[in-house]
Amino acid sequence: MKLVLDAEQEDLRAAVRKFLADRAPSERVRAVMDGDPGHDPAVWTGLAGLGVLGLVVPEELGGAGAGHVDRSVVAEELGRALTPVPFLASAVLATDALLALDDDGARAELLPRLAAGELVGTVAVAEHGGEWDRTGGDTTAAERDGRWELTGVKTPVLAGDTADVVLVVARTPDGPGWFAVDAGAAGLARTRLTGLDPTRRVARLEFDGTPARRLATADAAAAVDLVADLAAVALAAEQAGLLQRAMELTVDHAKVRVQFGRPIGSYQAVKHGCADMYSAWELAVSVLRHAAWTADHDRAELPVAAALAQTYIGPAAFTTATGMIQYHGGIGYTWEHDAHLFYKRAKSAEQLLGPPSGHRARLADRIGV
Amino acid sequence: MTAVEETGNESAVLQEYRRALRTWLEKHAPGPVAGLSGEEYLRTAREFQAALHDAGYAGITWPREMGGQGLGQAEQQVFADEAAAYDLPLYPFMIGMGMCGPTVVDLGTAEQQRRYLPPLLRGEEIWCQLFSEPGAGSDVASLQTRAVRDGDRWVVNGQKVWTTNAQFADFGALLARTDPDRPKHAGLTMFVVDMHAPGVTVRPLKDMSGRAPFNEVYFDDVEIPAQDVLGEIGGGWAAAVTMLGHERVSIGGRQRARSNPLEFASLAELARRTGAGRDPVRRDRLAELYAHERALELLNVRMRQEAAAGRSPGARGSVAKLAGALQARRAIEVAGEIAGADAVAWDPGDERAAELALAINSAPASSIAGGTNEIQRSIIGERILGLPKEPQVDRDVPFRDLAVGTRRREGDR
Repeated sequence: MKLVLDAEQEDLRAAVRKFLADRAPSERVRAVMDGDPGHDPAVWTGLAGLGVLGLVVPEELGGAGAGHVDRSVVAEELGRALTPVPFLASAVLATDALLALDDDGARAELLPRLAAGELVGTVAVAEHGGEWDRTGGDTTAAERDGRWELTGVKTPVLAGDTADVVLVVARTPDGPGWFAVDAGAAGLARTRLTGLDPTRRVARLEFDGTPARRLATADAAAAVDLVADLAAVALAAEQAGLLQRAMELTVDHAKVRVQFGRPIGSYQAVKHGCADMYSAWELAVSVLRHAAWTADHDRAELPVAAALAQTYIGPAAFTTATGMIQYHGGIGYTWEHDAHLFYKRAKSAEQLLGPPSGHRARLADRIGV
Repeated sequence: MTAVEETGNESAVLQEYRRALRTWLEKHAPGPVAGLSGEEYLRTAREFQAALHDAGYAGITWPREMGGQGLGQAEQQVFADEAAAYDLPLYPFMIGMGMCGPTVVDLGTAEQQRRYLPPLLRGEEIWCQLFSEPGAGSDVASLQTRAVRDGDRWVVNGQKVWTTNAQFADFGALLARTDPDRPKHAGLTMFVVDMHAPGVTVRPLKDMSGRAPFNEVYFDDVEIPAQDVLGEIGGGWAAAVTMLGHERVSIGGRQRARSNPLEFASLAELARRTGAGRDPVRRDRLAELYAHERALELLNVRMRQEAAAGRSPGARGSVAKLAGALQARRAIEVAGEIAGADAVAWDPGDERAAELALAINSAPASSIAGGTNEIQRSIIGERILGLPKEPQVDRDVPFRDLAVGTRRREGDR
């Protein structure tokens, strides 16, 4: 296994970090999150221009033909900057689903446009409480005159209110199946949910006899598992980036904030809290690099590594974001300071693919407990 | 951590090194050493160290002209990696090979290097490290053991404590105060002391597990020849920092014992055997334990890969040290959940239960030995994150004017 980045990956990191610092600083994030569509089309186009939306897409389909380690580097940077773009929905979930399925036609049609940022995609698998259901859950697909129609409710769906194409898992008479639904399809109601995290929009999608295109796949349930594991890795990368930035901002504050005549970082209570944040980050990055590496090089180990990544990194990021508010004192609890954005993003990310106990249960299954 | 995981992007030269080492270990690694008596264990350890030396695996990163192999961190990593598959008797040489030897390499005179390094590499001489005192634990620079110059020798008086391996050590790296008129860090000097010299008394010190892995050492007018100063007179603190740097690397890179009853694998096996693994709460705790254990393993792999690529771990060794100590505590909690009453009362002769109890009783040491958790956090905070130091009131005061240990300043009550 390889847990250190190479020079090219470090260059990629530097390029994305600089782009986000220039084009999506905190003020821009705040302006975007308060308006519509809740994500930043200009930054999205810029990211497409950097070639980072199709990192795991083969070159012949318009991508970079790179890998998951590279994509995780980009996700780390987006997590650091709390960038409000549908990266996780489109460049991760929808992209990975198309790559996991066996539908060459859909792949050729959609992947180049997703990679170019012309199209935003997402995946709708979760129902009731957000746990992913590989059976299709209570969403049913029926065939009528050779055409498929979906009925049911999926929630929460990342970028569900703005995505151009939604890949849905539904129950068919012959087991779970994957379907593509156009945003403008008849019988599709999209409700933007009010979210804890203002930097990431989610929606409820209601299908009522909605026309859908069935996507060819040999094993729909296995594809759900794979997409979920890869999403766990990408989300963990965002969380690790968030953790790192929350730690850095806290340390910076502890160096300059003076109380009782000394910088608060000279007090052990604060210094040791910062040390714990740093330790959590070193461990989190190690777990992340391994998980991303397995996605590229050791798919047999990916299910364990992905569950491990969410088990370790999600709670570690939230704990750090909580500490960030604490060590900033009163200012950290104000709307004007960014600490609450880290806190909200960390908590919502921790729950996005199911609660931590669910990740631990999956991990226990996969390591044979 | 299995060897397989390390072989990813390895050069052909390194792969060949690994193959040769693996073959050698298969042939020469002694059998299990856990059951051996003290004498037998020590003999086995000496023989194995000699065999390592003969085969060219002793002092891998030490310079060739000092008897080492002149190789890099990458080869050292391969050794640690391959050795982890065996229960090797390296413990008696741990302090000498990991800390004292490298410090002699860094700071010793040519004569000291000639005298001390080859017998250490050959397994003929065992070393210990004499820093800590009853009144100088985390605050090592407050130590009170004194060395007074008398012509071409020094005369030492004082007491050391927590001295691992002193009961069979031939030499020790001794930190003593040579100038109480200077501030506490400035008045120290490091010596090589002959542990068999008249006036050296070693008393075993029992720890809370009931074993005596370390000792109290008393110096009563012990004479040290002037040429056995290690480094500069008055430069003892710099020498100690050099040695503590080697210590952190040595502890961080230590091979894992083959099976530890507090490891996830052991506890998961126990859970399967007793049926505790069917309980969802206990499954949850085991998964969490696995996650933290694996995270620490992966951090160690990552830091070794960085070291092999030329990036020194520096103070980041403190992260692994701290995480290991916290993991031991977490593991004890889970062990209690899994083993229930069997963790605290068992049939005489039930070795498995006895091992678990020993592990429970050994765990607190990991939060203290080699620098407490609090010291590790301060190191991380100050040296990695650049946070300001605590105000220090004693940094520039002559040592003889300080209140240290049980000593009080004049006028203090």
